[in-house]
Amino acid sequence: MMRLELVKRPQRSALFSALSPFIAFALTIIAGAVLFALLGVNPLTAFRIYFVEPVSQVWQLHELAIKAAPLILIAVGLSVCYKANIWNIGAEGQFIFGAIFGSAIPVLFPQFEGPLVLPLMLLLGMVGGAAYAAIPAFLKTRFNTNEILTSLMLVYVAQLFLDWLVRGPWRDPQGHGFPQTIQFGDSAVLPELMPDAGRANWGFVFALVAALLIWILMGRMLKGFEVRVLGSSPRAGRFAGFGLSRMVFFAFLLSGALAGLAGISEVSGAIGQLQPVISPGYGFTAIIVAFLGRLNPLGIIAAGLVLALTYLGGEAVQSALGISDKVARVFQGMLLFFVLGCDTLIHYRIRLIGLALTKQEGAAKLDAAPKLKEAR
Amino acid sequence: MSANHDGANLLEVRGLTKIFGTLTACDHIDLNIAKGEIHALLGENGAGKSTLVKMLFGSLEPNSGEIFWNGQAVRITSPGAAKKLGIGMVFQHFSLFEALTAAENIALSLDDGSPISSIAAKARALSYSYGLPLDPDSLVGDLSVGERQRIEIIRCLLQTPQLIILDEPTSVLTPQEADKLFETLERLRSEGKSILYISHRLEEVKRICDRATVLRHGKVVGHCNPREETAASLARMMVGNEVQAVVRAPVDGIETAQPLLEIRGLTRKPATPFSIPLKNISLNVRAGEVIGIAGVAGNGQGEFFESVSGEVLQQDAASVRIRGKDAGGLTITGRRLLGAAFVPEERLGHGAAPRMKLSENLLLSRHATDGKAFVGAGGMVKSGAIYAASQRIIEAMDVRKSAPDPEAAALSGGNLQKFIVGRELDRRPSVMVVNQPTWGVDAGAAAHIRQALIELSRSGSAVLVISQDLDELFEISDAIAVMHNGELSKPMPIAEATFEKVGLLMGGAEPGHAEHTLETA
Repeated sequence: MMRLELVKRPQRSALFSALSPFIAFALTIIAGAVLFALLGVNPLTAFRIYFVEPVSQVWQLHELAIKAAPLILIAVGLSVCYKANIWNIGAEGQFIFGAIFGSAIPVLFPQFEGPLVLPLMLLLGMVGGAAYAAIPAFLKTRFNTNEILTSLMLVYVAQLFLDWLVRGPWRDPQGHGFPQTIQFGDSAVLPELMPDAGRANWGFVFALVAALLIWILMGRMLKGFEVRVLGSSPRAGRFAGFGLSRMVFFAFLLSGALAGLAGISEVSGAIGQLQPVISPGYGFTAIIVAFLGRLNPLGIIAAGLVLALTYLGGEAVQSALGISDKVARVFQGMLLFFVLGCDTLIHYRIRLIGLALTKQEGAAKLDAAPKLKEAR
Repeated sequence: MSANHDGANLLEVRGLTKIFGTLTACDHIDLNIAKGEIHALLGENGAGKSTLVKMLFGSLEPNSGEIFWNGQAVRITSPGAAKKLGIGMVFQHFSLFEALTAAENIALSLDDGSPISSIAAKARALSYSYGLPLDPDSLVGDLSVGERQRIEIIRCLLQTPQLIILDEPTSVLTPQEADKLFETLERLRSEGKSILYISHRLEEVKRICDRATVLRHGKVVGHCNPREETAASLARMMVGNEVQAVVRAPVDGIETAQPLLEIRGLTRKPATPFSIPLKNISLNVRAGEVIGIAGVAGNGQGEFFESVSGEVLQQDAASVRIRGKDAGGLTITGRRLLGAAFVPEERLGHGAAPRMKLSENLLLSRHATDGKAFVGAGGMVKSGAIYAASQRIIEAMDVRKSAPDPEAAALSGGNLQKFIVGRELDRRPSVMVVNQPTWGVDAGAAAHIRQALIELSRSGSAVLVISQDLDELFEISDAIAVMHNGELSKPMPIAEATFEKVGLLMGGAEPGHAEHTLETA
């Protein structure tokens, strides 16, 4: 008889820290194959349609970049929160408020044009996201409320507020009653990177730059050190003279600003106007991206591309095989589940143990030990 | 009183070996523990004591070797299995949930589903009968280290073990508390129970232990009867050479020296219902002297340290003055910038971040004071500079480690403490405040730390040491004050201080009265 045992490693394993996302991805593929087989589809065909076909042409890569940009932008901000042990679950709401704040310029002042419009919109988007994130930060520092609950609940407030805006005060009067704002003017649209090749816009560049800056912040700067100390041992952080309340605001404002930037980039780039739903759950999927990327900004870039692919693949299998595009959600969920599971391997190793180790075996081991030592 | 050497061995260990990577932590260890004896396990930090007892308690599995319990070969695969056999353990680092009460913590480990109230009653009765009074309803987070240890001991005793393993039990106790513990241990021995007693304190090993096994570098270097040995001969077996005694040169002209740390009427309301209020504490520490603060655990030392370090701010800015400047309203960073350095009681999680490298832990307390050296333009950390500085400290303090720049948690307690003290000494601070400088640290490392503190003071700094170890305070202090129930007695010059006088104050005699009785005595 055998049993599995988790044995704590003396130090965290750098190897498994790097391998864990790949193991998780492999396990997701295996579980996905079972899932497709149960749905009556040949798994190989399904995987080709899900993971390969959506990225087989240049314009499709542009679509991938469009989906990946908000995921990466939000996830690098969240990685700072999570490293600080602060649980911002409300990036979706901050994304929406960034979009609303930034859209105020083209919606309320459509006649205002010129090169200043876009930078102002982006800036307002960051302000909007940060301001919305400041609410749970304030509640946490002032009343010690649980930020997981407050930030999550504020997502629904944001969604309903946006819904009300586009049906009510901000509705396009010439829009035949559709719940949406006017189309943004030309100077309020985020330019495409290579208009001849595909639709990808500057949002992807923002994401890469943000990831790089956060990587430097976390790995090389005193502020990043402060984040890591307060996240891993708050009492040692206090001894170091770092303030926890200041950190709560820093992490929320930073991640809120990045989510807001993602929101306004999405609206002014890919969509071009405000509508009741502007995100297929980017703010929540970004949580998976953050963990799949090991809370490391460079890892998050890769993870963001992988999760973007699950969106595209979901659409692809729906049109090609008639499987619900909810399968994308299933893949995202499985990925997060396996990533968190595989993280155990960083601090523990798995050992197989024979339950009935006889005395003879023990004696044999005893004999073997000195030889081992001599060999060394 | 005498141990039953003729009776069968309760526990026999043969050739027990544990290998971590390339390090053989325990190398063919042999150990016999008879029924009804107190057996000492001696050794320096890293000698393999903890690894050995972890194998006996089932937290670690040996690579080879055999364990016999009452003559039967056994495999101890888990702490649960050890408890079932009748092995109980009191760890040096406690495993208690701070947010739960003492009784709830005990209930968690008993795991037999009996109601908390009956466990609390049992624990209370047992604690009083063994002379270790404990309020089972108090929150662990509000208890001192000494009180937490009592929970661990009571929790262990409630499981009626045959063999009790105690890891450094007296390191947090006053002489009187330790005496009580020894009475408890002797009573347990008279009840036929066996005790494996791990300690660095050679005098107490000589006093209560029947036999001793000495480990060095993972190997047994000798079995002996500690009563027939001297402390020096035991130390020689442990370390392999003589432990250097701490040298404290007398200081001249201390009366006229500048006070570098002044505490004036420091008062603090209790932060939680269980913490101790500080009452009108005044104390001067002058350049060139070491002042010791004695006291039983949980009499306000933790609160006092927080107030002096600036982890908690004072209303009255003049209640703490550093180098002549009001510091009561300054944060810990502000006080460090005035030239003060602090070493807290808890190493892991307070003085150091466990999962961070030593070089990063250097930055922890010195990012502001050494801002120019360690942090460059725009807040970039100069990792080369902090690595070089941490290596300098590691060398100066003789910190033993397994990797060039390991995580703090990977170091043994004594070695980490040497690093944390060395981190502050390296700054040459003008004011140094240390809480429990050598708690759970072996003799060699403790001597090193104490000598370093004395040398710092002799180079012109003011050193304030809070400790529950009276031997230590008498060894290094120029004057000793006693903290009791949030009040601080007047410092007693070391020439006038005796264990009895200090002990009286620790027990709560009025400072004024105590001096009076001493005069008449």
